[in-house]
Order: sequence, then C-alpha cells, then structure tokens
Amino acid sequence: MNKKKLDKIKKKLRETSVGIAGLGGLGSNVAVSLARAGIDRLVLVDFDKVEKKNLDRQYYFLNQVGKLKVEALKENIGKIDPEVTVETFGLKLEKDSMEKPFQSVDVVIEALDDAKTKADFIEEIMLKLPDKPIVAASGTAGYGHSDRIVTRCCGNLYLCYDEHAPSSEDDVLLAPRVGLMANWEANLALEILLGEDK
Amino acid sequence: MIEVNSRKVDWVENESVSELLKRMRYVFPLVVVKINDKLVPRKDFSTVIVPDNSRIAVIHMISGG
Repeated sequence: MNKKKLDKIKKKLRETSVGIAGLGGLGSNVAVSLARAGIDRLVLVDFDKVEKKNLDRQYYFLNQVGKLKVEALKENIGKIDPEVTVETFGLKLEKDSMEKPFQSVDVVIEALDDAKTKADFIEEIMLKLPDKPIVAASGTAGYGHSDRIVTRCCGNLYLCYDEHAPSSEDDVLLAPRVGLMANWEANLALEILLGEDK
Repeated sequence: MIEVNSRKVDWVENESVSELLKRMRYVFPLVVVKINDKLVPRKDFSTVIVPDNSRIAVIHMISGG
C-alpha cells in the first residue's frame, strides 16, 4: 500500500461533500462506498421507507423495515464511520425545486429509479447549477453484460451507461448489476473530486 | 455536417431537435440532449434548431435504480 498516496486522498476527501438523489439500489450503495472511501459529508435525499423487498439489492437490514431510508442509511453509515457527516432530506424531489438540497455539495449523484424522474433531475441540475458535476446512471436492469457498461462524459455530466439495457419496468433489478453501477458512480465521483489517477 | 453521438451526419437546414431525433430513429421517450455541451431542455426540442457543424450528444434514460 502506498501510504503517502492514501494519506493525500484521505486528506482531500475530508474536505469534500457529495449529494445523492434517491437511496434505492444505486444511492444506498453509492453512499456506503463513498463513506468507506472517507468522504467528509453526504447529503442524502429520499422520501421512501425501507420495505422488505428492497433488501435484495439495497443497503438496509431486516430490522430497518418501515424506517425512512434516509434515517436507516444514516444509521448504517454511522456504524461504518461515525466521522462522516450525514445530512438527510426525507422528501420527494419535486419539479422546479429539485436542485435545492444540492446547492452546497461538490458533486451530485443521480440515483433515481424512474426514467422520467432521472431525465427531469439531470435537466434541472444542469440548468440551475451549471457548474456542478453530476454523475448519473442509466441501464441498470438485468444481469451479466458487465462489459456493455461505459462511462460517457459530456461537459459536467458523467454517465454510467448501458444503452442496450432493458427498462426495469419490463425486466429485473438484481444486486450484482445495480451494485456494479452504484460503485461505478461512486468511482466516477472520486475521479471528479481527486482528479485522474495517474 | 453535424456529429451525433460521434457519428457524422448530414446537416439539414432549419431542422429542430425533435426532427433530428426522428431522422436518427431515436424513438426513446426520455433523452437528455446537449448541443455543443449545452443542454437543450425537453420542452424546447421542437423549437431549437440544430446549427451546422455542431456536436450533439443524445443520452437515453432507462428506468432502474
């Protein structure tokens, strides 16, 4: 292990914050991954409660069923690293005010479920916070086909993308592929925050 | 000539974003479109005209998360 490099990364991450919209299979796993990496502050936004059926891919536990996802995830992150500051917004992102919880973060992560909400959210962040890097994911459903996933960048939008993936409305969501894309998003966020790993 | 998702495509005078999407057979209902790195909101697809020599990124949003 290159301790000098690790110390430099940890020091830099202690000054950074990431906001996550949606705490399902993508968002809950992104949050945990970034907490383990040593991010200083996470802003978590989701209106939903943990359901038993979520446990097939989301970072919650059986005894948390019925709790607000923002609260349950804050609890889980606290068990991994109590030094991480977690700010929670247990609310539904509504059109025309979607950017509000994310004004002070360094990177915004789109981790929503429904395609229309994803497109609305990305549009609104890009229009209202044009300088803010946004990481999004599209094409999580199914299994296998890991190497169809690519990173697409245009301007401040960084996308974890499988354009041939089916919609989750007609297919399945399973832990391996959703987790892969969640960590892809977290990895992109690190690259944005730290600069390219040369 | 314009470039759509890195593909060279003929430029058509007075073509709107929605007409271009139709010509490209991009039938997905939920896309994010950027022209020369500038976002075009979906509500403006039928009124914004694609300029010659522009680079267009069309990103298809698929449900799942």
